[in-house]
Amino acid sequence: MVRSGRAMVRLFFFVLVGCAEWSATLAGAQGQGLSSKGTDNPTTRDAGLVAWQQVYSVLTHPRCINCHTATNYPQQGDDRHRHLVNVVRGTEDKGVPGLNCATCHQGANADSTGVPGAPNWHLAPLSMKWQDLNDKILSSAEVCRSITDRSKNHNLDGTGLLKHHAEEPLVRWAFQPGHSRDGTARALPPLTHDEFVAATRTWVEAGTPCPQKR
Amino acid sequence: METYKLTVNGQPKEVTVNSGTPLLWVLREELKMTGTKYGCGIAACGACTVHLAGVATRSCVVPVSLIGDRPIVTIEGIGQDPVGRLVQDAWVSEDVVQCGYCQSGQIMGAVALLKSTPKPTDANIEESMGGNICRCGTYPRIRQAIKTASRQLK
Repeated sequence: MVRSGRAMVRLFFFVLVGCAEWSATLAGAQGQGLSSKGTDNPTTRDAGLVAWQQVYSVLTHPRCINCHTATNYPQQGDDRHRHLVNVVRGTEDKGVPGLNCATCHQGANADSTGVPGAPNWHLAPLSMKWQDLNDKILSSAEVCRSITDRSKNHNLDGTGLLKHHAEEPLVRWAFQPGHSRDGTARALPPLTHDEFVAATRTWVEAGTPCPQKR
Repeated sequence: METYKLTVNGQPKEVTVNSGTPLLWVLREELKMTGTKYGCGIAACGACTVHLAGVATRSCVVPVSLIGDRPIVTIEGIGQDPVGRLVQDAWVSEDVVQCGYCQSGQIMGAVALLKSTPKPTDANIEESMGGNICRCGTYPRIRQAIKTASRQLK
């Protein structure tokens, strides 16, 4: 059932991206090619919004959002519970002396002990919180506005965001999250990394449009 | 089985173990350095804390294959460090220890705190030492010893 559900999600994604790419091709043929201000083009904007929803589905998966909290602590697990052993954010989003992220999280997954790892393990800054203080996930529009606000996202433009999604080790970790200490494979985001990057590219090429709703 | 070259308390060591073997068991079983304690085995109590390239690290969850060339310092070697010496002296003067099982991890955590934050507040101490559990409840004396050591720091 899980495999079947995942296959359906992928099929849905490919249909959407296929439609988006067809729409973009059509727009180009009509002399309305993509630009950094592609949101002026309704067709391109629609394709971008479809792609954004795919990106959002990954960003709000526990493998990603557990470290995009609005609180003084990270979360763990698919149920997004508060991180064990009183781990706190610290001033640099890396824990505190004596209890840093690196106290347990190494540069790679430790599957023999069940501790996930990747280079420079840390929380996202509070400016990149995708939850509220009650751990409720922010809406698609809110996350989109946040991630495209260069005063909050380390001054990344669309190209920078695409590079971040394609290359950042912590982002890539989410798609190879290893095993829990009971040997169970951690749940994966709804897209593969390649699909995630492709969706991000479509969204960026459409001018990073955001939904209008709150 | 693979062979790993480690630097423990400044000394070169070589062990041949399974790549997934946690550092704790390399220290205790292979190198017979039993000052570092097994508590929970899931990084939840802090008894196994050592320093890995200066970072307080739960040795029970770090496979030996992920250590690389980072130097390891254990409770057996921390007294060679000026801050470590001050902390150990403070532990004695404040008579911190009751059963003592967790105390090597407590000291390693306290040294990491003081090296980064020489004048810690109560909040700093609570946050940094919050992952080191003491079933004897020596927390007030741990806090006092950290403050005593802090006053001795230049």
